[in-house]
Amino acid sequence: MTQAIIELNHLAKKFGNQTVLKDINLTLNKGEIIGLIGPSGAGKSTVIKVALGMEVASGGSAKVFDTVMPNRQLLGRIGYMAQTDALYEALSGRENLKFYGLMKGIAKADMAKEVAHAAQVVDLTDDLDKRVAGYSGGMMRRLSLAIALLGNPELLILDEPTVGIDPALRRQIWAELGSIRDEGRSILITTHVMDEAELVDRVALLLGGEVMAFDTPVALKQQYGVDTIEDVFLKAEGVE
Amino acid sequence: MRTIGIMNRVLKELFRDKRTLALMFVAPILVMLLMSVIFNTNSTTNVNVGTVAVTQKLNKEMGGIKHVDVKTYDTKADAKQALQDEKIDAIIKKNGNNYDLTYANTDSSKTAVVKMAFKNAVTATSIDQLKSALKKSTTGMAKLQAQLQAMQKQQAAMSASTQTTGATAAAKKAASTKSTSTTTATKSTSQKTPKITNHYVYGDKNTGYFAKMLPILMGFFVFFFVFLISGMALLKERTTGTLDRLLATPVKRSSIVFGYMLSYGILAVIQTIVIVLVTVWLLGIEVVGNMASVVVINLLLALVALAFGILLSTFANSEFQMMQFIPLVVIPQVFFSGIIPLDSMADWVKDISYIIPLKYSGDAVSDIIMRGTSIFSEGWNILVLLVFLVVLTILNVVGLRRYRKV
Ligand SMILES: Nc1ncnc2c1ncn2[C@@H]1O[C@H](COP(=O)(O)OP(=O)(O)OP(=O)(O)O)[C@@H](O)[C@H]1O
Ligand SMILES: [Mg+2]
Repeated sequence: MTQAIIELNHLAKKFGNQTVLKDINLTLNKGEIIGLIGPSGAGKSTVIKVALGMEVASGGSAKVFDTVMPNRQLLGRIGYMAQTDALYEALSGRENLKFYGLMKGIAKADMAKEVAHAAQVVDLTDDLDKRVAGYSGGMMRRLSLAIALLGNPELLILDEPTVGIDPALRRQIWAELGSIRDEGRSILITTHVMDEAELVDRVALLLGGEVMAFDTPVALKQQYGVDTIEDVFLKAEGVE
Repeated sequence: MRTIGIMNRVLKELFRDKRTLALMFVAPILVMLLMSVIFNTNSTTNVNVGTVAVTQKLNKEMGGIKHVDVKTYDTKADAKQALQDEKIDAIIKKNGNNYDLTYANTDSSKTAVVKMAFKNAVTATSIDQLKSALKKSTTGMAKLQAQLQAMQKQQAAMSASTQTTGATAAAKKAASTKSTSTTTATKSTSQKTPKITNHYVYGDKNTGYFAKMLPILMGFFVFFFVFLISGMALLKERTTGTLDRLLATPVKRSSIVFGYMLSYGILAVIQTIVIVLVTVWLLGIEVVGNMASVVVINLLLALVALAFGILLSTFANSEFQMMQFIPLVVIPQVFFSGIIPLDSMADWVKDISYIIPLKYSGDAVSDIIMRGTSIFSEGWNILVLLVFLVVLTILNVVGLRRYRKV
């Protein structure tokens, strides 16, 4: 039996009287990549924030590593990359990595190695000692991703990690994500790039506050009778 | 461990922001220099003194002092009118042997000049009087001697006893001259210390000296800059998302608050030391008490300001909204801090001052700088500041729950 890393049960979330999430059921297994897609404003980021305990659910429950969230200690085992870059611009790339690494609880002895590895994955090694204020948009995004990768977390939660990243580097990042999965770690990723949705193990389509469809890309395409995930998306949304 | 990490990061960010840093250290120095210059040049501006029923001599003495002009008035009412019309800055009225001084006191430095000039003039006149009295008595003595000699001559010339009565009369006359001169001398000694009564149209004798303002001013700078910069810093963390990301790590909420406290505490200590050194060396203000105590009190105030800044930053959505707290939170502190004497205010206004942190630090630092009080005698002020600090810190740690529930 596969081990569930994230379990969302009848999750609901309201902001004031705006219901963003109605009834979300989602399970992320060990060694699996799940892609969360849906139109802008569907509540993808909200799902992530509730799962992390940064927003309280209005109903239902979120469990991570079999523990009901929010739970502070568990956060050390999760690598989170927010939709905004959330970097300290006055510091250099290396200082950012080190600071977040320290906050995550990475031991001093491992720090240099961890920083070097994360920087290498996102191809930032040469720019590590530059101030972040002088980074390009894509470089900031990459640094933000590198921070999430620090410390080999068992669970990665990435909110649109590849925005503003060039195709070659994107391919390299996906290769890294693939090998992370092969190590038995798990990834929850949101994206608006439908090519990327083809690369995940299972796709969850978020629409109207509910998970409209949740299956492997192949099964989804079959179910909707189309050739690409993009068409699935469009058909589900009722465009065309 | 994480607390230290956060402290290091905040300090690094601060020390790389050269402009803000310069503002924190240069602005207070500049403002204080400016104030001291303004206050000192004021004392060389001319003052006009109106006198009523004062001796010619004193008038002349006063008029002879630099930057002092004397106008004589016949009645007190005339002089009062002139004072009201801002034609003169003070009235000196002689009441028998005593003096009544009334100061407009809208400019305390002018009041100081008048006091000084009056004191000097009184001393000068009484010295003159003493001198003339002395001269009189010496001339009296000389006369006496001359008379004595004349008498002796007469005695020698006549060598008869018929003129004895005349000689006794002359001797008597001489003695009486002597006694008058002695009374003049004693009279002038008694005039040396006439009773002087001071009246102030505005405020009192404590109003507005730079030295009195300084301890409060010092606290104000610390409070203002720490409040604003820390508030802005946390606001930036919130708006750029770094706070969320920080809270997505296992860091404790209290570690974040304490990390900020440590870093801004260090900054405040440096700032206070700079301000104290500037005031002592550049402005020549005397610090009677222990300078380390001054730093300790200001550190405490800085931490209160920091906690305040962090707390209020959660109610602001932009830097501009943070600035809007300045007239609401910072400026009123100045009014109630004791720069303006509180005893002249209504009771309910006085009560407001009890919730003003700047008042407590101002009281404590004033005592230390001006009276040399030991920091251990400032227990009450320190206790109140600590209560402020603890309450605000707890509020902040709890308040961060808004961004992470655990
Ligand atoms: N803190 C908040 N307060 C009020 N409303 C919010 C808040 N956060 C999100 N929302 C609302 O919730 C809805 C979903 O937002 P969310 O950020 O989850 O969308 P998303 O699916 O991530 O969109 P995108 O693809 O553009 O990132 C939006 O309508 C948004 O206005
Ligand atoms: Mg989003």
